[in-house]
Amino acid sequence: MTAPYFELGYFGARGALVAALVIGIAFGWCLESAGMGSARKLAGQFYLTDLTVFKVMFTAIVTAMLGAFWLGRLGVLDLTRVYVPETYLVPQLVGGLIFGVGFALGGLCPGTSCVAAATGRLDGVALVAGMWSGVLATGLFFPALERFYERTPRGALTLPQLAHVPYGVAVLLVVLAALGGFLVAERIEAKVRTSVTPAAPDEMRRTVAPVVEGVGA
Amino acid sequence: MIARSVDASPRPYANPYVAGVALGLVLLAAFVVMGRGLGASGAFASSAAGVVAAAAPEAARANSYFAKYLGGDGPWLDWLLIEIVGVGMGGFLSALVARRLRLEIERGPRLASGARLTAAFGGGAVMGLGAVLARGCTSGQALTGGALLSVGSWLFVAGAFAAAYLVAPLLRRLWT
Repeated sequence: MTAPYFELGYFGARGALVAALVIGIAFGWCLESAGMGSARKLAGQFYLTDLTVFKVMFTAIVTAMLGAFWLGRLGVLDLTRVYVPETYLVPQLVGGLIFGVGFALGGLCPGTSCVAAATGRLDGVALVAGMWSGVLATGLFFPALERFYERTPRGALTLPQLAHVPYGVAVLLVVLAALGGFLVAERIEAKVRTSVTPAAPDEMRRTVAPVVEGVGA
Repeated sequence: MIARSVDASPRPYANPYVAGVALGLVLLAAFVVMGRGLGASGAFASSAAGVVAAAAPEAARANSYFAKYLGGDGPWLDWLLIEIVGVGMGGFLSALVARRLRLEIERGPRLASGARLTAAFGGGAVMGLGAVLARGCTSGQALTGGALLSVGSWLFVAGAFAAAYLVAPLLRRLWT
């Protein structure tokens, strides 16, 4: 096993922060180039007019999942040293439901709002400010929420453990689900294109109101 | 200098599957290099903890949520906070190269700017509550936990998209 490098002591805390910045830059670059810094594009996901969010997210999940699985299988990556987010069933389901309402209302998620804000979108700035205020307020009231927050802990539980199937079988099922999802997504978008959209490509149709034109490049 | 084409129109976005594979490789690189995934809401939490600790150090240490972020190198050198600074830089550079930088308020055709900003702020605040309860957001739970097949992460994704699709029809005038 040669990875994960940080966990195995190849570099220290300062190196980890350099890695954080480099990985963050690559993350932000990918989000922006896919159009994920655009609230209008993201909102299209919820009205089934633009399924970019689904396609980008599910492709990324499948890519990283397959990479982690095969690097683990080949003995390159020690998966027991990769942090798997711990499961707390009820708070994560409830948190997800609340998060979804905010996502539909705001049109961006926390990561994509940072991209929107950094590329000049003031609605992105407003969402970053709202998110920050929401986290601050929830943190201040945390003592009242703590019992709920700690409910139904299941540790680092994974889908293959839950379903009692081998890791590779769960990976294959997720890949098949993704491929099925992509087929459905393409069909939905094709239907939308033939029924409503005029000739102009999606990205170029700006019904947004520029506050100041021509800032930047 | 010979005048090159003066086409300054924004370039179209990348193919979503290509961008998705690239994003997946970035996430995989985080697993391989760091032994952890990507995140976003954690950066908001550590900076909030930093502000509370500066304003009221005692109260911050007594609060078990903020106290988590006050150990080690402190809240301002938190891994996810540095990562999210990178996200802003990467997004800016990508938009700069593709001529997509532009000061604007993205909103639906029937929505006033003020209403859009209010909805964005409100949506952010609601997501703040949800992300604290869920221990992460679309980055830390959906992408990272999703790729590692965490049960709680998939539960979060199911809940978030179910709720978004349930309320979206009620919010139609925001975007149409």
